Amino acid sequence: MALFDDNIQKQLKEILDQMVGDVTLLFFTHEIECQTGKDTHDFVNEIAVLNDKLNVKTYNFVNDKEKAEAYGVDKVPAIVLLDKDGQDTRMKYYGIPGGYEINSFLAGILMASGRDEQIPAELKKRIAAIDKPVHIQVFVSLGCPHCPNAVMTAHLLALENENVKADMVETSTFTHLAVRYNVSSVPKIVINEEHDFVGAQPLPHFLDVIEKA
Amino acid sequence: MDFSLNLSSGLFANDQKFKTFEQGHVYDLIIIGGGPAGLTAAVYAMRKGLSTGLITRNVGGQVADTAGIENYLGYRYIDGSELVDKFREQVLQFSIAFESDSTVQSLTPGQPIQITLEDGRIFKARSLIIASGKQSKKLGIPGEDKLVGHGVAYCAICDAPFFVDQRVVVVGGGNSGVEAAIDLAKVARHVTLIQRRDHLTADQIVIDKLKAYENVDYLFEHIVTEIRGDQHVSSVMVQNRQTGDVHEMMTDGIFVQIGLIPNSAFAKNVLDMNEYNEIVIDESCRTSEPGIFAAGDVTTTRYKQIIIASGEGATAALSAADFLLNQPS
Repeated sequence: MALFDDNIQKQLKEILDQMVGDVTLLFFTHEIECQTGKDTHDFVNEIAVLNDKLNVKTYNFVNDKEKAEAYGVDKVPAIVLLDKDGQDTRMKYYGIPGGYEINSFLAGILMASGRDEQIPAELKKRIAAIDKPVHIQVFVSLGCPHCPNAVMTAHLLALENENVKADMVETSTFTHLAVRYNVSSVPKIVINEEHDFVGAQPLPHFLDVIEKA
Repeated sequence: MDFSLNLSSGLFANDQKFKTFEQGHVYDLIIIGGGPAGLTAAVYAMRKGLSTGLITRNVGGQVADTAGIENYLGYRYIDGSELVDKFREQVLQFSIAFESDSTVQSLTPGQPIQITLEDGRIFKARSLIIASGKQSKKLGIPGEDKLVGHGVAYCAICDAPFFVDQRVVVVGGGNSGVEAAIDLAKVARHVTLIQRRDHLTADQIVIDKLKAYENVDYLFEHIVTEIRGDQHVSSVMVQNRQTGDVHEMMTDGIFVQIGLIPNSAFAKNVLDMNEYNEIVIDESCRTSEPGIFAAGDVTTTRYKQIIIASGEGATAALSAADFLLNQPS
């Protein structure tokens, strides 16, 4: 059964028409998929057919271990976005980016496609100055209206600076991580394992925490 | 799993003509706030041909956090985020200067009026509309700040999934409290709604929905005085307002829905405010300072409603346009 009805398909198509260059979605899954894995698989495939610039490559987390390691994929289902040159954008989605997260997923695709991101010069300077490895995990729930903003901010940082990688982590799929990181409010942002905050804070706040980390 | 899409197509509208702020430029009008009041003011101002800038922390304001809206005419039912999208789309079709993710630090009245952002940038305008709305009020009791994100929560539609089969407390018997209790009653094992008064103040239609759940208890005329827990909320101290008796109630989470405080700190000592720090306005949305107008929830307006805030946004924009007409340019 199709996940998206005609009306949603039409809207998704209109948005994807704004893609500038090609984007490749690397989808990592298990051989025998759990329900979320299956749903995410269908989801990725159904979105990819909506625009010629979108390509999907599916990998098996176990058999394609080297690929998974190369992109730092440590759990599945996972979606990794590559830009038009096939380069890693360091933007990842763990679990299905459904519900409100469709917005951060579409934004991620447009960003990876080379859309012009309008970032004020002062902030651009601060992002460029990040010279240590930064790993941002944004924990979300699909019914959370402000979570996509936090994911988009984290992803923008990853796209703009190659020292930064940023993951959306959908908590109902990765419940053990929600427990491990003591998540009871979303969006919860964890930076380099040790620093965390709650809420879709603006870009300068992310930078404050990163600079102090 | 239900992952039906909540697509915000307004985020991606490609007829958006808005541009970035110019620091040296003196705008006819700057609007602070991107909720219903600010966005409506923006549409009116752009149609009047004013050079306009809009500064907002988050587009939609409180509406973006609201699940369903059933009293904004034209829609029998609409998701808060969907209504925000429609507002945003209607505003950004104009070539308005637009600054999101930003917070205003202070105001300097005069001609032009100066608006200083937290990041130090200064914008200038001949007139100003403050539509900065309100934000959730905290309980202000021991344990609250320490346990935010560890069982203390303010957004039920966001965080209800973390309380499946658990016990939760909701504080507040108004619309937002009762709606939070409904969202939680669907998943939690047990919900206790704690209300200061002896009755709920939510709309009857919302109360009726909550009464359909059997896993909800009500504690009237009680207040929460402390939140306890080490890594996570484990209990709350609850006081009976009649007897003064305090007892401990075990719980896994507490959702605070006790109303709102105005985002008016940046205008303190500049504009007249009432005891609740709401900006005093007259029937034309004028404040105590010429050229500065205010609209929506941040003002002394009696009722805080989307439709009323929108109407006031229109009034403020028209008043600002009148003000500018009578100003030497």
